[in-house]
Amino acid sequence: MNILTLLVVIPILTIISILFTKDLKGARVVSAVGMGIQLVVAAVLLFMYLGARQTGNMHEMLFTADYTWFKSLNIHYSIGVDGIAVAMICLTAIVTFAGIFASWEMAYLSREFFVLLILLATAVYGFFISLDLFTMFLFYELALIPMYPLIGIWGSGPKEKSAMKLTLMLMAGSALIMVGIFGLYYNSAPNGGPLTFNIIEISKIIIPEKTQMFFFPFAFVGFGILGALFPFHTWSPDGHASAPTAVSMLHAGVLMKLGGYGCFRVAMFLMPQAANSMAWIFIILTSISVVYGAFGAIWQKDLKFINAYSSVSHCGLVIFALLMMNQTAMDGAILQMISHGLMTALFFALIGMIYGRTHTRNVTEMGGLMKVIPFLAVVYMIAGFASLGLPGLSGFVAEMTVFVGAFQHQDMFHRVVTVIACSSIVITAVYILRVVGMMLLGPIKDPHHEHLEDAKWYEKLSTVTLLVSVAAVGIAPLWLSEVISGSLKPIVDKLAAVIPF
Amino acid sequence: MDFGQFIIMRQELLLIIAAVVILIAEIATSDEKKGSIIPFSLGLFVLVTAVGFIPGQEGTLFGGAYQSTQLTMFMKNVLNLAVLIVFFQAESWLKKPENLDKISEYFILTISTLIGMNFMVSAGDFLTFYLGLETATIPIAGLAAFDKYKSQSAEAGIKLILSSALSSGILLFGLSMIYGATGSIYFADVAAKIAPTPLIALGFIFFVAGMGFKISLVPFHFWTADVYEGAPINVTSYLSVVSKGAAAFIFTIVLFTVFKSIVALWQPLIYTIAVATMTLANLFALRQNNIKRFLAFSSIAQAGFILLGILGAGDLGMTAVVYFVLVYVFTNLGAFGVVSAIYDASGVETISGYNGLYKTNPNLSLVMTLSLFSLAGIPPVAGFFGKFFLFTSAAGAGYYILVLIAVLNATISLYYYLKVVKAMFIDQNDQPIPTFRSSMAMRIALVVCAVGVFFVGFASGIFEYIRSISQLFLN
Repeated sequence: MNILTLLVVIPILTIISILFTKDLKGARVVSAVGMGIQLVVAAVLLFMYLGARQTGNMHEMLFTADYTWFKSLNIHYSIGVDGIAVAMICLTAIVTFAGIFASWEMAYLSREFFVLLILLATAVYGFFISLDLFTMFLFYELALIPMYPLIGIWGSGPKEKSAMKLTLMLMAGSALIMVGIFGLYYNSAPNGGPLTFNIIEISKIIIPEKTQMFFFPFAFVGFGILGALFPFHTWSPDGHASAPTAVSMLHAGVLMKLGGYGCFRVAMFLMPQAANSMAWIFIILTSISVVYGAFGAIWQKDLKFINAYSSVSHCGLVIFALLMMNQTAMDGAILQMISHGLMTALFFALIGMIYGRTHTRNVTEMGGLMKVIPFLAVVYMIAGFASLGLPGLSGFVAEMTVFVGAFQHQDMFHRVVTVIACSSIVITAVYILRVVGMMLLGPIKDPHHEHLEDAKWYEKLSTVTLLVSVAAVGIAPLWLSEVISGSLKPIVDKLAAVIPF
Repeated sequence: MDFGQFIIMRQELLLIIAAVVILIAEIATSDEKKGSIIPFSLGLFVLVTAVGFIPGQEGTLFGGAYQSTQLTMFMKNVLNLAVLIVFFQAESWLKKPENLDKISEYFILTISTLIGMNFMVSAGDFLTFYLGLETATIPIAGLAAFDKYKSQSAEAGIKLILSSALSSGILLFGLSMIYGATGSIYFADVAAKIAPTPLIALGFIFFVAGMGFKISLVPFHFWTADVYEGAPINVTSYLSVVSKGAAAFIFTIVLFTVFKSIVALWQPLIYTIAVATMTLANLFALRQNNIKRFLAFSSIAQAGFILLGILGAGDLGMTAVVYFVLVYVFTNLGAFGVVSAIYDASGVETISGYNGLYKTNPNLSLVMTLSLFSLAGIPPVAGFFGKFFLFTSAAGAGYYILVLIAVLNATISLYYYLKVVKAMFIDQNDQPIPTFRSSMAMRIALVVCAVGVFFVGFASGIFEYIRSISQLFLN
């Protein structure tokens, strides 16, 4: 069997196995084993990919397979990956694995919880391996819908409202995407012949610029909503704050990346002229995202809200970098996706663990946690440093690359927005250090917090997995960037053909 | 005349035989054994449905007034299948003491309307079409008023018969204008002579208005919610699936064959009705608490989506409509089946009454969720594929903005479908519906629906088959 199909089959088998388990213990062990295998498969895929590239296999997509599905509409189950997709798949595998261990004590309706969580992951894998817009869209919608029960049933606070808001906004986004996909489909054969949903084939033809200008905003904004594009980001803070730990991790860590990935793989890659003409609009919007998200985080007291706004800021930076449309910046965008995915998952995991002990997420009610739960506190600090871009951790590498790339543009407009976006680094430092100072350092504020238990083995496993990944990206970024940049080349070349740069 | 050629009408003839046999069985059984008519009729109808799937002969009868093609045979099979599921779902309801003396009436009336629908689908001229339509409509009024001790049910019957009579009148008026302008009632002749003249345009508008009542399109939908609410659930499910499906079939056929050449005239009209139907029905559905009224408005909205397929006039549009109706049969009957099972067991038919259902009846909740997701068009269930192809058809004709409106409407509809899901899974309830086990027949029907909802989408062969027979039909 094709290794990529395996990536979808393993989670499905895991889901079926969970249905045969009786209680929490069975469900979590099965999930952990299934996702552990998945992590191994993802690692194998990474090495196979690197091996194939070293032997000089320079095809755009590797490990491809193609089965006709709906013949008369030319819909295929067509799969294949390039370096970017491989990186995303590895990210998904790591975050899902950590997520299972972060929800080790999920006692309420545990089987259903793990089934839905893994269903979500299945859809994400399916999305990243798809080369056919139809299956890609199918997996995209499939990834959105489990969020509703996951937040609605196991969430906290105004969970029903947040779950509904999140689902409806993201579904409205997928409505836009659908129009974009139809536009691409019906313009995919300008010289006659069968229409196609295949991304690679559509990328070979040039769609008339007027058509591009009509459909580009649909596809871009549609995916942008999931990437928390201002002003469509409002689902994100509410959703993340209400979601249970593992769901926040998976959603902020992986699902939001679907947005960024779709933005360039579908919208920009297939409609480069329109992307070039309209970039300025979205650059302004993402600059607002970046700065506004950071400022939003400063004013929040709830840990989850802080991290959710910080996600808006960081994901804004992803799309910002993509729109710079040069090799360095786009390289940075992918790095930022991975870095943010790992970092934010780590944050949400820690927040869940801290909340499980202190029963509050309000930073003003906590203090001196370093003294009672040193492990979690130290990991939180390191994650914070990664987030504010300390060299040696993943955040620095990503943001540095993004801003260097953005600054390569010579004109005034790009310079100004880059400077504005850069200022978010400072603001990020403010809210991270503020939380670290208030919550972790100083005297213990609440006497109930004096006898807290530090992390258990499964919590350590979950956080250390993510922490090691964050550090690995920070220490050896070139290794990752090599995987990415080779695959970015055809995309950047296609964009460069239309950009006077 | 060679009687052998009547084999072309075998599906109608089989139904007529079935109805007569049930009538004889009714006379032959003693009062104490009336209950045994139910399994007998179910068995008989399983047979009728199965025979329908044997490949039959194409051809025309009565000088072109009746035509049978692969496509019409397939449509009739879809309708038969739907009725079969409805019958299975009705079993435990018919067994109730108040219904024991009218079991055979239920079967005979339902089969009679089905005969009318079959003739309607196979019509080759407007007369057969109209006769089929009337045969299909009048018995439904009797069915709607089936719960004779409930005033709501009687009201539903009256409302249905009055609005049907009115719509038939309007339809007939339109047809008479088209006859006046073209001098023929045969589909083929009318299609050859039709031109965008004012008289034909007027006739066409009346025709659409008449059909609009049957398919319950906005602004001709006012009877729907009241009738759906008042009629017994198993009649409501029949109305919303079989009756609507058949009307959608014939509407598509007539538009794609007879009015093919004035497509530019009817597309703006259908466009407007589609937007109005989807949007208004969705807005009304948001506020419903009675599950039957809720499903009524949801089914109106679904009819609006069907119009998108019709707008992509061509074989893809035809395929999308037929495929969607097939998906809709499993989907909507799944939802109605659960409603019916719950009503039979506990008498609850409000959404808030479903609170906490998952704790007590997890399987029913899952079937309901699957059906609702399919209605909302969520992958990977069949509804997603059905909607996607309808939208593909409309986008193919260049209606991108309409597709956007439709998908946004699907998002709105997701809101109210999720409200039911929320009631079942999230909301707490001190007195949830107690755990119960529904009858064997009901469980079979629900399993069939769930399997259909889950697998029809993936089985691309079904879509390709419909596509091929649609192409044959339209050329």
